[in-house]
Amino acid sequence: MARRREAMERLASRAVQIGFLLALLALWYAATNFWGVNHLLLPNPVAVFHQLVDVLKTGQFLPDLRVTATEFVAAFLLAMTSGMLVGFFVSRSRYWSRVFEPLFAGLYSIPIILLLPLYVLFFGLGPASKIALGTTISFFPVVLATIAGFGNVDRSLITAARSMGASDYQLFRYVLVPAALPVILTGLRIGFTVALLAILGSETIASLAGLGHHIVQLAESMEMARMFAYIAFVVAITVLLNGLVSHLEARGRRRE
Amino acid sequence: MSTGEVAIRIRSVGHQFGEVGEARHIRALADTSLDIVRGELLCLIGPSGCGKSTLLNVIGGLLAPTSGTVEVAGKPVHGPMPHDIAYIFQENALFPWNTVDENVRLGMLFQGVPKAEHAARAQQSLQAVGLAEFADHYPAQLSGGMRQRASLARALSLQTGILLMDEPFGALDEQTRMILGEDLSVLLARTEKTIVFVTHSLGEAVFLADRVAVFSARPGTVKKIIRIDEPHPRNPAFVTSEKFTALRNELYALLHDEIRKAVGSDAPRGRRGANGGAP
Repeated sequence: MARRREAMERLASRAVQIGFLLALLALWYAATNFWGVNHLLLPNPVAVFHQLVDVLKTGQFLPDLRVTATEFVAAFLLAMTSGMLVGFFVSRSRYWSRVFEPLFAGLYSIPIILLLPLYVLFFGLGPASKIALGTTISFFPVVLATIAGFGNVDRSLITAARSMGASDYQLFRYVLVPAALPVILTGLRIGFTVALLAILGSETIASLAGLGHHIVQLAESMEMARMFAYIAFVVAITVLLNGLVSHLEARGRRRE
Repeated sequence: MSTGEVAIRIRSVGHQFGEVGEARHIRALADTSLDIVRGELLCLIGPSGCGKSTLLNVIGGLLAPTSGTVEVAGKPVHGPMPHDIAYIFQENALFPWNTVDENVRLGMLFQGVPKAEHAARAQQSLQAVGLAEFADHYPAQLSGGMRQRASLARALSLQTGILLMDEPFGALDEQTRMILGEDLSVLLARTEKTIVFVTHSLGEAVFLADRVAVFSARPGTVKKIIRIDEPHPRNPAFVTSEKFTALRNELYALLHDEIRKAVGSDAPRGRRGANGGAP
């Protein structure tokens, strides 16, 4: 009974969520069709839909998607490996953790996006400056989660493993990693999201190519319907990717 | 128990935490010597902070003592000896991300048992503690008592001569404790293991032990050793016998003064040590 009620409640809240989005869409439609909102500011959703179909059909988005995807993958891989490596070695010493954990947390709280002009000076307007910014921003959640994950392993589990004769490698493989994994996965998910944000955001500010770049171009040439179509396209991709990452995170946690 | 071979030889072991003069300096254990005979079950009992767990950790090689030596099977202890000693901790120390079966196998992997033997030995030890049906459960799906049984199964599968148990039933309720104690007595009567068992419970000590070492207040050392002459496995009826009550009372009298000393300033002056105080 309780389980059924829970399922019903979940279904009900899902219905409200979808209803809210549909209401927004209806509001948008009404505003542009009946209330005379200027189409140069807010295009009609139907026109946006047609543009979206055209963008997908012609494959016009492909070169820009390729640039953005390459930047993103490079940035996230760099942040992931460096964050996890640095985090692991810092976590091995109580002293280093005490020194670096607050330092990283402090650096993470400053608006790192302000480094973009500097990175553009260093690396140019091409992908390199976007990769640098994405890496910088997503390094911090990964390194902080890794320090927390490896630093807070239950001492009694380590003692137990040692008393049974576990080697350093076995301790790492069978105790430290499984204990730290859920926390690290959360850090990776956050790192993933902020890297994507940083890449798209920096493309809209100063760039030569990429989805963010293209959206700004369309805005400047007043092709509003097509610009909205591109935004919808990017939103769909990010929702899909974030859903995938959350799913992977949940799967990694389930083994607890 | 017979007056056989010495399995664990403890010689003038003392331990202090921190350096002399530091605020956190504690003399936990003072100059303790003790011989533990092969095949016996020795209980360590004493007031909180008397160093009984410290002594257990020193025997297990998890803690290097500030002074003195411990020999296990004739070899001096300098670190964990996974082939001679298995440990059971109060907080069961099962890996929460592994099933009961995987936990038992992991112990054997750490100890270096050939892979081919894992399945049979895991099954055997899980059967011995009555957990065979729960092999595929995760620790979080088990009750506190069952988790402690799983922990015992993991220790048994290592087939060591010595078992060190640090208040293994400390976190369990009274009834679960009683049942586990009875089962442990039956189980251990079949094995030839040497067991050192730290406990707070007088009844548990009398019910399980061949000998009970009573510790003095901190810095702790063995104040007296009481022999419990009763064959294993112990019958549940033993608990209600006059012999049990007499031994328990003797232990209580020995411990009472030490507990008062450990609690220190809380004791009302003038009543200290007077005919036992409250029962």
